[in-house]
Amino acid sequence: MLVATLLLLAHGPAEGDEAVAELSRDDAQWVMPAKNYASTRFSGLDQIDIENVGDLQLVWTFSTGLTPGHEAAPLVVGDTMYVVTPFPNILYALDTRDGSLRWAYEPEPERASQGVACCDVVNRGAAYFDGKIFYNTLDNHTVAVDAETGEEVWKTRLGSINRGETMTMAPLVVKGKVLVGNSGGEMGVRGWLTALDAGTGEIAWRAYSTGPDSDVLIGDDFEPFYPQDREPDLGVLTWPPGRWEIGGGTVWGWISYDPELDLIYYGTANPGPWNHNQRLGDNKWTSSIFARNPDTGMARWAYQWGPHDLYDYDGVNENILIDLEIDGAERKVLVRPERNGHMYVLDRVTGEVLSAEPYEYITVTRGIDLETGRPIEVEEKEPRENEVMREICPAAPGAKDWQPSAFSPRTGLIYVPHQHLCMDMKAVETSYIAGTPFVGAEVEMYAGPGGYRGEYMAWDPVQGEKVWAIEENFPVWSGTVVTAGDVAFYGTMDRWFKAVDARSGELLWQFRTGSGIIGQPITYLGPDGRQYVAILAGVGGWAGAVVSAGLDTSVPFGALGFVGAMTDLPEHTAAGGTLYVFALPEQGPAQ
Amino acid sequence: MIARTPLAALGVIGATAVVAALAGPASAAGRELRVCADPNNLPFSNQEGEGFENRIAELVAEELDAELSYTWWAQRRGFIRNTLNAGACDVVMGVPAGYELVETTAAYYRSAYVYVYRADRGLDLRSIQDPRLRELRIGVHLIGDDGANPPPAHALGAQGIVDNVVGYMIYGDYREPNPPARVIEAVAVGDLDVAAVWGPFGGYFAKHAPVPLAAVPITDTAAFAPLRFEFGMAMGVRKDDRALLEELNEIVERRREDIHALLDEYGVPRVAPGAFEEREAP
Repeated sequence: MLVATLLLLAHGPAEGDEAVAELSRDDAQWVMPAKNYASTRFSGLDQIDIENVGDLQLVWTFSTGLTPGHEAAPLVVGDTMYVVTPFPNILYALDTRDGSLRWAYEPEPERASQGVACCDVVNRGAAYFDGKIFYNTLDNHTVAVDAETGEEVWKTRLGSINRGETMTMAPLVVKGKVLVGNSGGEMGVRGWLTALDAGTGEIAWRAYSTGPDSDVLIGDDFEPFYPQDREPDLGVLTWPPGRWEIGGGTVWGWISYDPELDLIYYGTANPGPWNHNQRLGDNKWTSSIFARNPDTGMARWAYQWGPHDLYDYDGVNENILIDLEIDGAERKVLVRPERNGHMYVLDRVTGEVLSAEPYEYITVTRGIDLETGRPIEVEEKEPRENEVMREICPAAPGAKDWQPSAFSPRTGLIYVPHQHLCMDMKAVETSYIAGTPFVGAEVEMYAGPGGYRGEYMAWDPVQGEKVWAIEENFPVWSGTVVTAGDVAFYGTMDRWFKAVDARSGELLWQFRTGSGIIGQPITYLGPDGRQYVAILAGVGGWAGAVVSAGLDTSVPFGALGFVGAMTDLPEHTAAGGTLYVFALPEQGPAQ
Repeated sequence: MIARTPLAALGVIGATAVVAALAGPASAAGRELRVCADPNNLPFSNQEGEGFENRIAELVAEELDAELSYTWWAQRRGFIRNTLNAGACDVVMGVPAGYELVETTAAYYRSAYVYVYRADRGLDLRSIQDPRLRELRIGVHLIGDDGANPPPAHALGAQGIVDNVVGYMIYGDYREPNPPARVIEAVAVGDLDVAAVWGPFGGYFAKHAPVPLAAVPITDTAAFAPLRFEFGMAMGVRKDDRALLEELNEIVERRREDIHALLDEYGVPRVAPGAFEEREAP
């Protein structure tokens, strides 16, 4: 019956865009990593609730046989589950009835791309639209695969590993366009978001994050909220001459879409690869948020939350689109737990910052000036080359990295997996790249105050305050999902998949997985009408590279300084990707 | 002669291709000297064996009575992890002395960052604090590792010399021969007045440029410590490989003159040991 419904949706009158929006509202399925265009990662399913979640049982598993970090969210369309692996980016189609393998699609990306990726060869997932599965390969291809047969429909190359580009983000499909962005800011890559025609794979438009307005797709419709953002060609003029050409601002995180306002929202990464005293100025539009028209790519507004980034805060985090009552008025907002430790609540119509309360321990700023939208920086914490800079908090991965949050309309709370790390920086490490010796920044990360390294918290975006928080030993590098059963799921790097009470944070159930979890949980209905929960385990990523890449724990500045904070991770987990699917015990007589 | 052979770079950045026996007949003992090297980065090494590190590897193989074999891997982030520490080879021919990821031999040469400019410009540029640097169009390499770049990029920025500085990614486009060489080519054709680059690049490409170029060590750098403009260069082995380390140290000692003659052939500028030398000793 469910399959019939799906076919009707996919081939009936509500074809294409309407259909995928419809599918995203169907809690039986999970057709995009964020569950829906608003990126709430909220499921209306309530069979599993706070009373019975303690009875969850393992139903089936699937091994990917791979050891890099597994960050992807599985998709469920009808009775098929789709799983994208890290490099070599294999797409598996599994029967949700029993986990049987239907087919596997292997794009065979260039082996050399592994040497280009900065921080483990991860992939953050796929998206479904109009009978096809879309995702990116590490070697800069977007592929479209027939969801039924596993046949490749098209494959478009968007960048070059020879120039340092890779692709790791999950696409979003909006109005027949597959939206994808690039990674590699440290390699001198200029960031972009590109729209591909979902039917043909042809490039419809490309919006750069730096450079002249004609490249950034800023035109007459551009109405940023803050006056300092209204001058022409700021993507050129806020840099020393020519710096924008290799200015970073890559787009490797999340995209949201508001069908009513017809705007997409996404963030850009930090500026690179210049040392900061060689890139004087605000370095627009790095560390910024864009609102764009999905048909043309033209920008409606932009807001730079991190002018002239000093700490490697890649602003690619998720944008949760919700409507909140703020000061007595209904506001259409975009909520974003930012790298710099502030929870930004923006008016998503105008780009105005309504509030930006700290949710983490912060030493580098003294809050956000709501008049200008700019952070109030602590000057003593500005990195200086001849000094050891101590207690820079949050550390380079920020208070929260790529791992996406969830929002429950039932509790009004945002559920945020994040880290609790500070760092010291000093310029003493002798480094060597491509024949050139140089003195690099030795970055050493460590647990923030209290000695724990991660936290899973519930945040009230109206009051601007933390409601409850669970301290975790390691950074919480997994995604999360919250359900109408008022249960929130997340995973830890020390191998626990956890279910907590969405209202109190009380731990209700946990399961020990084979490897640490940095994937994104999902929930769906099986063909038998039962609610299932799925998670891909397999530690790695930037935080877990000490395990997945076997880094030397005696070199604390490995993985850009992350190793120092994670030397004990190998005592808790080994690498290896496995999908786990859970459900409540079947009703009726025992079999 | 600068190699102009275009490499099938896509397959080469991370490929593990073993090319055996560049060093003549196999030894009776069957010993193998396994070297990891960049297949596309003169003057250091390339897949054709044309770099000075290739030549020094041949010299070492000869001394050890071993057969020389290579694993090719672009020398980028993860190079040591994916090659030496993965057991693909036993030695890398060039790393800074004291490089923490490996055990390093005694330095077999010491070089400095240099200015490279056209000889016909009559610039006579030496100091990193020369006031003319505010006017000249200066090329530097960029690495972008946590915002860390080669010392000239930092020292110029610290003096507020920014607008006339042009960045070239050290990684370049790997499909082209010797990707880091683009900055020197820009000097030769006049797009830049001067390049501030690591000595071996500067000396070698200056020597092989179509127009005469000068390569002059940069001076007056002490004010920018802990930035360093001079580095001793050594061979690297795995941290527990004491036996090979001792053999290599002995060869470095015994064949120092031959090695230096080789470096002269490649135009590698060298400087006398300075204040950092002791710290670099293994």
